[in-house]
Amino acid sequence: MLKIFELIGRYFILMGKVFSRPEKASIYRRRIIYEMESLGLDSIGLTAIISVFIGAVITLQMCINLDSPFIPRSLVGYATRETMILEFSSTVVALILAGKVGSSIASEIGTMRITEQIDALEIMGVNSASYLILPKIVAGVVFFPFLTILSILIGILGGWMIAYLTGIMIPADYVEGLLMDFRPYSITYSLIKTAVFAYIITSISAFYGYYAKGNSLEVGAASTRAVVVSSVVIMIFNLMLTQILLI
Amino acid sequence: MIRAEHIVKSFEGRTVLDDVSVEFETGKTNLIIGRSGSGKTVLLKSLVGLHEVDSGRVMYDDVDFTALGFRERKAIRKDIGMIFQGGALLDSSSVEENVKLPLDLFTSQSEAEKLERVNFCLQRVRLENVNHLYPAELSGGMIKRVAIARAIVLNPKYLFCDEPNSGLDPQTSIVIDNLIHEITREYNITTIINTHDMNSVMEIGEKIVYIHQGRKWWEGTKDEILYADNRELNDFVFASAMAKRAKDAAVSGR
Ligand SMILES: Nc1ncnc2c1ncn2[C@@H]1O[C@H](COP(=O)(O)OP(=O)(O)O)[C@@H](O)[C@H]1O
Ligand SMILES: [Mg+2]
Repeated sequence: MLKIFELIGRYFILMGKVFSRPEKASIYRRRIIYEMESLGLDSIGLTAIISVFIGAVITLQMCINLDSPFIPRSLVGYATRETMILEFSSTVVALILAGKVGSSIASEIGTMRITEQIDALEIMGVNSASYLILPKIVAGVVFFPFLTILSILIGILGGWMIAYLTGIMIPADYVEGLLMDFRPYSITYSLIKTAVFAYIITSISAFYGYYAKGNSLEVGAASTRAVVVSSVVIMIFNLMLTQILLI
Repeated sequence: MIRAEHIVKSFEGRTVLDDVSVEFETGKTNLIIGRSGSGKTVLLKSLVGLHEVDSGRVMYDDVDFTALGFRERKAIRKDIGMIFQGGALLDSSSVEENVKLPLDLFTSQSEAEKLERVNFCLQRVRLENVNHLYPAELSGGMIKRVAIARAIVLNPKYLFCDEPNSGLDPQTSIVIDNLIHEITREYNITTIINTHDMNSVMEIGEKIVYIHQGRKWWEGTKDEILYADNRELNDFVFASAMAKRAKDAAVSGR
């Protein structure tokens, strides 16, 4: 138990370092663009593939399970939209990205630690925590919401495609459901969640990498731990944010 | 001049440096020698503030480095170049970007001026046409040269080298040693080199400190080391048969 408090304490000390004494703005600009590319753009493919399949499966499931004359068919479109917006495109995508982006951040920074690249930055008088971690956090918090929007759109498209291709329901009913009872606030809620999850993934993974020591085995272990811990923290925050934002 | 005064450093209760005091001279190549695990790297990192010492002081000329805060240290760090054991080049940056980084951080020169300086330093370590390669594409010797170029790009007053020729073949080692030695002379730098390479000791050991189990056991010059009667030191320095013969020849020829 004491260990957990110590860990959390160290995490906040590191965050203090990340947000204090930043380096020149011009240096960050370049690094943020670089990180957006490596953390964000490179995740578009994975997000799109998973979203199109999930959208299709949700639609299929709804068609099969809501097969009753009392329930209008358009409800399937509505349900697909709401599932994508409320949970899948924020929370599930975040969990997937925790695996992909989180492990890459932790192993990149961990390797820099054990090969003394972080010491080399420190010796140049660079605030290494800020120089390495801040651009990743900013890139994640700015870019992941776009991934969420993309995932919502592609998921909904996936549902429509399955309706169209299999004929399990009339695509026009699906579209009617999509337009039913739409609350823009759901999108806001989803994007706020994503931004918070992006912060959790990038900062926790960076934390485990930054304090890695020893050899490549331990960098591997740190990167696994980063993924596990960010995933659990995401689930906890998902619950809390839903409480705060929707009720 | 850099002076360590009664430095003590321990990790989790284990004392790694035990009351080390030593002075490193300006314009000379000062060597810290000792077995692996004796505390050389920890001493070097304590001198530059990468490790905080438990007690004792580190003086840079007349400034007590240990007493300074982050901002004041940054001013001194501008004058420090360091070459790490594995080179520690940033993997995600090209050779040119690696060498240019200190200029980006500390100067407001134009891009053209910076590039000119970068190329000058790369030529100084005899590297050409590698500007756009990445560390993964370089040989061990080239990595060390780029690391040297990066370390001298801001004209440092102090140069720290952690085992600059570990992992290099003997010939390349000598080239790197000589390069560091030349640069030290040329710019009157206070250079401190960690090594357990006896070639380096005999070639460039203008001042030598022998560390054993975290304590200073001996100090002197490369000429004095041949005649030193410290047993631990002799066991370490003259571990190989060839070195023993060289010593015997030197001593009997006196
Ligand atoms: N960050 C650290 N935490 C704990 N122990 C360390 C750390 N750095 C070095 N040590 C220990 O200090 C001792 C000296 O290490 P080091 O200075 O690296 O030796 P070397 O002379 O080979 O450079 C070793 O026993 C090492 O295990
Ligand atoms: Mg060492």
